[in-house]
Amino acid sequence: MADSGHDSGDRTDPKLDSLYQHLILDHYKSPRNRGEVDDPTVEIHMLNPTCGDEIKLTLRVENGRIAEVKHTGQGCSISQAAVSMMSQLLDDRPLDDAGRIAERFTEMMHGDEEAKRDRSMGDLRALAGVSKFPVRVKCALLGFDALQEALKEIGAAT
Amino acid sequence: MVTDLRAFDPEVLRADFPALEQSVDGRSLVYLDNAATTQKPRAVIEALDHYYESDNANVHRGIHELSRRATEAFEGARSKVAGWINAGDATEVVWTRGTTEAINLVAFAHGLDALGEGDEILLSILEHHSNIVPWQLVASRTGARIRWIEIDDDGEWVLDDLPELVGPRTKIVALNHVSNALGTINPVERVIEHVRAHAPEAIILLDGAQALAHMDIDVQALGVDFYAFSGHKVCGPTGIGALWGRKDRLEAMSPWQGGGEMISVVERDHSTWAAVPHKFEAGTPNIAGAVGMGAAVDYVGRVGKRAILAHERDVVGYAIEALESRFGDRIRIWGPKALERRSGVVPFSLDFAHPHDIATILDSEGVAVRAGHHCAQLVMKRYGVPATARASFYLYNTTEDADRLVSALGTVEKFFG
Repeated sequence: MADSGHDSGDRTDPKLDSLYQHLILDHYKSPRNRGEVDDPTVEIHMLNPTCGDEIKLTLRVENGRIAEVKHTGQGCSISQAAVSMMSQLLDDRPLDDAGRIAERFTEMMHGDEEAKRDRSMGDLRALAGVSKFPVRVKCALLGFDALQEALKEIGAAT
Repeated sequence: MVTDLRAFDPEVLRADFPALEQSVDGRSLVYLDNAATTQKPRAVIEALDHYYESDNANVHRGIHELSRRATEAFEGARSKVAGWINAGDATEVVWTRGTTEAINLVAFAHGLDALGEGDEILLSILEHHSNIVPWQLVASRTGARIRWIEIDDDGEWVLDDLPELVGPRTKIVALNHVSNALGTINPVERVIEHVRAHAPEAIILLDGAQALAHMDIDVQALGVDFYAFSGHKVCGPTGIGALWGRKDRLEAMSPWQGGGEMISVVERDHSTWAAVPHKFEAGTPNIAGAVGMGAAVDYVGRVGKRAILAHERDVVGYAIEALESRFGDRIRIWGPKALERRSGVVPFSLDFAHPHDIATILDSEGVAVRAGHHCAQLVMKRYGVPATARASFYLYNTTEDADRLVSALGTVEKFFG
């Protein structure tokens, strides 16, 4: 089961235990904010061509705040958990915060220790272990790539 | 160095491959990504070293001793490759960077001239992207149209459609001999026979990237016009491969890259071309790579491809049985059901984990597999999956390697099951 990976007596790789924590698998199996926003301000489709992972991110912006954010798509546990956690954190946030969160998360993926301890990153902190798997960093960043694109489009529109 | 290989023993052969003697994260390496590239035997590594340590010079240019030796080694390797595939003549073997460049050579040097509006190129959806995209590029410039052989649920070509797909408009037929994504050994003979009977003008190219390592290839018996392959998938170095072409076809084609080596006379307003194969080898070639490929031909030739294929069947059969008995209906193994229809490739999906998560966890247990679309997005689309995991076996893999794969998949189950 989901939590047997990190608390069973068997010797699994500790790096692996930190990659596939309960919280990450929980977001993967029960993604938050899954679906599409009605009447979105912006809609971004992001594809990782090397692995086929895809995310469609829809946002509704009201008075400079993210009023609603949803995602659909398919892919590995890391890409799907990361976008679920991201959507949770973005809900009802000012747009300025969204850009900061994206930057902070990118720092975390590059191994920045301070970013890993940043409590304002919410569940996303559970993904800090991904930085030890360089080939998986792209997976974690897919949702944020979509967010950056969305912010660019909103910026261009306003 | 193994001298007597009549008794095929993967454990003995394994000792010839230095890269296999290592640990990954504290666990001995199980290398199951051979369809991507094979490991290199010491004989190939030593041939590269020897070339650079004592023979390094440019070929076909110098009068000096080193150039003579380099040229001899380079052309000697060409002859070895030619003999290995039963080419009529060594001059029918054009060195390329690999299969991809070999296919592009035919697409651009033959396709651009031969194709016109409404002409047809026949491919299958089982092709690697390197046998799709060059034809799309050429089709878009010439107005030619691509037609497709479909595949069934077991990864076999649907050949009932052939009468509809092949006709007087068919000018090029380009097909893979063995599939990299599913491992299918394709019934190319049937298609070749049909094409020759119903589209006599068509040229036929086979992509042999996944075939040469496992099967004896006889280009004359196959009756094709071109055969493309890579060195690194058959124990040779990366960056070297070849296009075999029927002499008359190669002679009729225009050069596709200009430079040194490929010319005869250069004037201000025109140039004339060197004879085949040099006409298609502009610039200083990958001399060391060719020499290394020659050594790979010697090595794999000594082991014997019949023995390799028989061994792969044993291990693949064992692996499939072990995977199915461990995971039952939660695993889907793609490709042909009959072992004799399959090479060393075992692509699979688990219903509880994504291929990338599978590959990451297997890697942490020292088991190297590939996850992704395997440069065969049309196959993934056909089966409605974004990606698969793929274990591919070769001469040095054992049933213990298959056991390690199954056991590492148990760890995947612990996290995701």
